[in-house]
Amino acid sequence: MTELAWISSAISSARPQAMGALLRYFRDLDTAEEAFQDACLRALKNWPQNGPPRDPAAWLIFVGRNSGIDAVRKRAKQAPMPEEDQISDLEDAESDIAERLDGAHYRDDILRLLFICCHPDLPATQQIAVALRIVSGLTVKQIARAFLVGESAMEQRITRAKARIADAGVPFETPGAVERSERLAAVAAMVYLIFNEGYSTNSGEAPARAPLCEEAIRLARLLLRLFQTEPEIMGLTALLLLQHARAPARFDENGEIVLLEDQDRSLWTRKMIDEGLALVDKALRHRKPGPYQVQAAIAALHARAEKAEDTDWVEIDLLYGLLEQMQPSPVITLNRAVAVSKVRGPEAALAMIEPLEERLSGYFHFFGLKGGLLMQLDRGEEARVAFDRAIALANTAAEAAHIRMHIDRLMKDGAVRAPAKKAN
Amino acid sequence: MLYAILCYASEDVVSSWSKAQDDEVMANLLNVQDKYAKAGRLGPVARLLPTTAATTLRKVKGESVVIDGPFAETKEQFLGFYTLECADLDEAVEFARELSEVNPSGGSYEIRPVSVFNPTKVAV
Repeated sequence: MTELAWISSAISSARPQAMGALLRYFRDLDTAEEAFQDACLRALKNWPQNGPPRDPAAWLIFVGRNSGIDAVRKRAKQAPMPEEDQISDLEDAESDIAERLDGAHYRDDILRLLFICCHPDLPATQQIAVALRIVSGLTVKQIARAFLVGESAMEQRITRAKARIADAGVPFETPGAVERSERLAAVAAMVYLIFNEGYSTNSGEAPARAPLCEEAIRLARLLLRLFQTEPEIMGLTALLLLQHARAPARFDENGEIVLLEDQDRSLWTRKMIDEGLALVDKALRHRKPGPYQVQAAIAALHARAEKAEDTDWVEIDLLYGLLEQMQPSPVITLNRAVAVSKVRGPEAALAMIEPLEERLSGYFHFFGLKGGLLMQLDRGEEARVAFDRAIALANTAAEAAHIRMHIDRLMKDGAVRAPAKKAN
Repeated sequence: MLYAILCYASEDVVSSWSKAQDDEVMANLLNVQDKYAKAGRLGPVARLLPTTAATTLRKVKGESVVIDGPFAETKEQFLGFYTLECADLDEAVEFARELSEVNPSGGSYEIRPVSVFNPTKVAV
């Protein structure tokens, strides 16, 4: 790896901690960002000459803090602070100072930094964009690319969101236990949103959006390092890893969606599965189930099945039942219906989802599943109607193509099967 | 004399490498190992999953306690390790518990899943 690559990965891994500390210090997002940027520029100049510091985050916090103070003083026409060269050697002093400064606050700093991005007034997509900009340090261009929008539109979106955050004020006080766990829950939800933003995609867009999934996993691991005994954060991290492990098998060479049961499981990323399974095991030992853990446990059952037909659908049905109790939602019932169709047959599954039609009338997957179940029940005409609705609601070209494939099969089979039935 | 060489590095930095960077590092490391493996001098090689996947069994006043996270006491030293095939974490914890029961020194057993394992054998 080149020196520059090393420096850039050291900076990006130090970023959440350094930005979190600078935000606490300056209580203002723009000042903190400018200070951090300045520290990074100095690091690029300084580290190749003096060698990398032992604790890059501590170095960036210290230099960033001085440069921020410097900027504030310059505005007040006062004398500048000493150059960073005087404090940038590899002496222990450097990390000691930062340690004194930030050791006790490390966890809350990062949590705060993530939490301000989850402002309830901000729509989900803006929360994600701001978090990627501020916490992960992706450039506006990278974020725009991942969201498949133009750079200036994204720039505007982020600027607006940041103004809103500034108006709301940074929650500076050290959180109490209840508040801390509320913040953690909001942040976990945002990390999951980032992942889903990258995951709901089609093959053409997958390479552009994959960084969102990877960034979400990095943030989840970061949260887990800060909150090592939180089973829900273990569950979240496991869920993301287990889902992302399937990415190489999700599309065929023509870019068509490959359903879970048809995927070539040898393409799944073993390393991510192992890590995900280990985390699910760890979480379950706490006997404090939560929605992320249950979803991770479901993903783990898929990951553990070597072949699709080995899948433990009975257990998956039970887990979805548990999830329905924890967070009742028609989408979860819809997912459960897939397991039910495997365990108790398509008729039972259809009966389960029919009452959801009104609430899911705009949801592609509802009509996709309904059509699929009707098709299994040889109710071709009704299946066709459901599939047509699904196509109209498809979010990606790959989704529409997948349904069209069903319709084609229906038309082919329908011509053959219907008369044969009558003969019986 | 057989030596164990233990790797220490910043997990923050290593985990922020892109897949391409990580692959490159692993390939370079493998090149070094190859030379020694061919000479029959290299024993088993393992890369561990992140410390976030770690669990630790500690002996506290004679009782074993299972806690989340890696072992992090600087007053104890790394003395040795085992590898064991396990269906799940419970089996690994059980093994560590059995070890700790017959081990009169206090200490800890950090339980970490292995991500890369190359069971190279040393030629005797």
